[in-house]
Amino acid sequence: MSNTGQNPAAPGDSGPSMAFVTPQIAHFDEPLTLACGRQLAAYDLVFETYGELNQDKSNAVLICHALSGNHHAAGYYTADDKKPGWWDECIGPGKPVDTNKFFVLSLNNLGGCHGSTGPSSVNPDTGKPWGPDFPVLRARDWVHSQARLADKLGIECWAAVIGGSLGGMQALRWSLEYPERVKHCVTIASAMKLSAQNIAFNEIARQAILADPGYADGHYQENNSVPHKGLGLARMVGHITYLSDDAMAKKFGRDLATGTLETGSDDNVEFQVESYLRHQGRQFSESFDANTYILMTRALDYFDLAREYSHDPVAAFRHASCSYLVLSFSTDWRFPPARSREIVDALIAAGRPVSYAEIEADEGHDAFLLPIPRYQNVFIAYMQRVGAEL
Amino acid sequence: MRLDLTHIQRWIRPKSKVLDLGCGNGEFLQMLVQQRGVDGLGLEIDQDNITEAISRGLNIVEQNLDDGLANFPDQSFDTVVMAHALQAVHYPHKILDEMLRVGRECVVTFPNFGHWRCRLYLGAHGRMPVSKSMPYSWYDTPNIHFCTVSDFEQLCADRGIKILGREMVGNTERKPLLASSWPNLFATTAIYHITR
Repeated sequence: MSNTGQNPAAPGDSGPSMAFVTPQIAHFDEPLTLACGRQLAAYDLVFETYGELNQDKSNAVLICHALSGNHHAAGYYTADDKKPGWWDECIGPGKPVDTNKFFVLSLNNLGGCHGSTGPSSVNPDTGKPWGPDFPVLRARDWVHSQARLADKLGIECWAAVIGGSLGGMQALRWSLEYPERVKHCVTIASAMKLSAQNIAFNEIARQAILADPGYADGHYQENNSVPHKGLGLARMVGHITYLSDDAMAKKFGRDLATGTLETGSDDNVEFQVESYLRHQGRQFSESFDANTYILMTRALDYFDLAREYSHDPVAAFRHASCSYLVLSFSTDWRFPPARSREIVDALIAAGRPVSYAEIEADEGHDAFLLPIPRYQNVFIAYMQRVGAEL
Repeated sequence: MRLDLTHIQRWIRPKSKVLDLGCGNGEFLQMLVQQRGVDGLGLEIDQDNITEAISRGLNIVEQNLDDGLANFPDQSFDTVVMAHALQAVHYPHKILDEMLRVGRECVVTFPNFGHWRCRLYLGAHGRMPVSKSMPYSWYDTPNIHFCTVSDFEQLCADRGIKILGREMVGNTERKPLLASSWPNLFATTAIYHITR
């Protein structure tokens, strides 16, 4: 590890719920053979940790991020940060993933664009950015790369592997690839595989990026261009699917950002929802890598939990040995409760211990990131059990 | 702990697999896990109950019993328990069939509507009984299928369900002679151990 620096705790710090956090980078020199058959000779993983690893290293919890997530899941880097990490609602002292009890590790997946090796990294063979030539990744590749990180940290078995959406799929994969290294698997707003409709949305997002002249066949870094339009559009499409109809109606209604719809006026009209989506798209296109977006959506599309278990999820889960918590949200139409029920039913048929709750929530798929009381209560209740078994 | 639940315990073999339908806050299932070492799963629909039961360290799945048990394989549990929920489901005979398909043995408890107080109430007032243990008005109640001890045994006979044992609970904890001699009149709660 190039940086094993402790996170300096400043007692009495007000504001942030945890001491400031500092990302670390782990470098791996052993080649990693990927599901696609290609090899990565070496790679970096950027990660953060929260809480203290106990003496027997039994209290480690792995957080798996979703499509556009990264390693910064909780806390703040500096007092000037406007926002904490993306899952700060659920990670911290007294929160569901309680950092007083657990040692929490959150990392940026391989193929990401926030510090782990990915398409925007330099390909040592060519001296140029990988770009579109970066190997296609599957969730299992992330799992294997993360197992090596666990090895480095001396973590033999995770107290829990936790993830929402794509992260939930990855958590499921962890439980099948390394059954002896996972005690509990928490999968939130997820599925065993995407539906055709879901893949269709991802394809629109990819086509938007590919159609942007700035994409330059994926070699935009060498071309000194950025496919802002395409990436922004991809994000706009995605964002709509993360919200529910009701949530959008409540948040924006038909309110106008500019202009008027009065008869006799030809003001330029912009609805609030248009302005919001454009803003989201713009912001995203400035902070995310287009090739990573394509890679991550493909990993999402290709994920099929039971493929190599004769397409039988019950047979797949017979290989697992952990307990599961599955959560879904009533208005999530991207990963609807029916998909979570399929996971639960397969687990029941495989005889695995499982708990399941469908959370009433208006917020659609994004609900898994929000502090919804019933969601938090169930999550806390389950994690108390995980903590009690340490 | 409700009286009927303490009676069920002795029909549950140690270390067996138990499915508890309508497990409430998990108090009973937890007792079975702690005292009998069972491998338990509870189904519940009330959100607060689910959270409380999970906090007891139990495996709890949110599931509406009226949707059936199609997601459970045949004979996948040693015992399926349903305490005080029979009268609240849409099709009691269907859920009984499902329980007997999923479990090798089943335990069912229900309030006996044939109890003399119910009869007296209906006879004297000409209205549906309302009491401390059944506090709901007929139009707004979770209890949509009340039956009597005799009704239940008739259903078992009609559907080829074997009664392995039964226990009648009266008003007090001391086993009332009346309830065991004339259950349909004196039992407040009936407990049946059944199989197919």
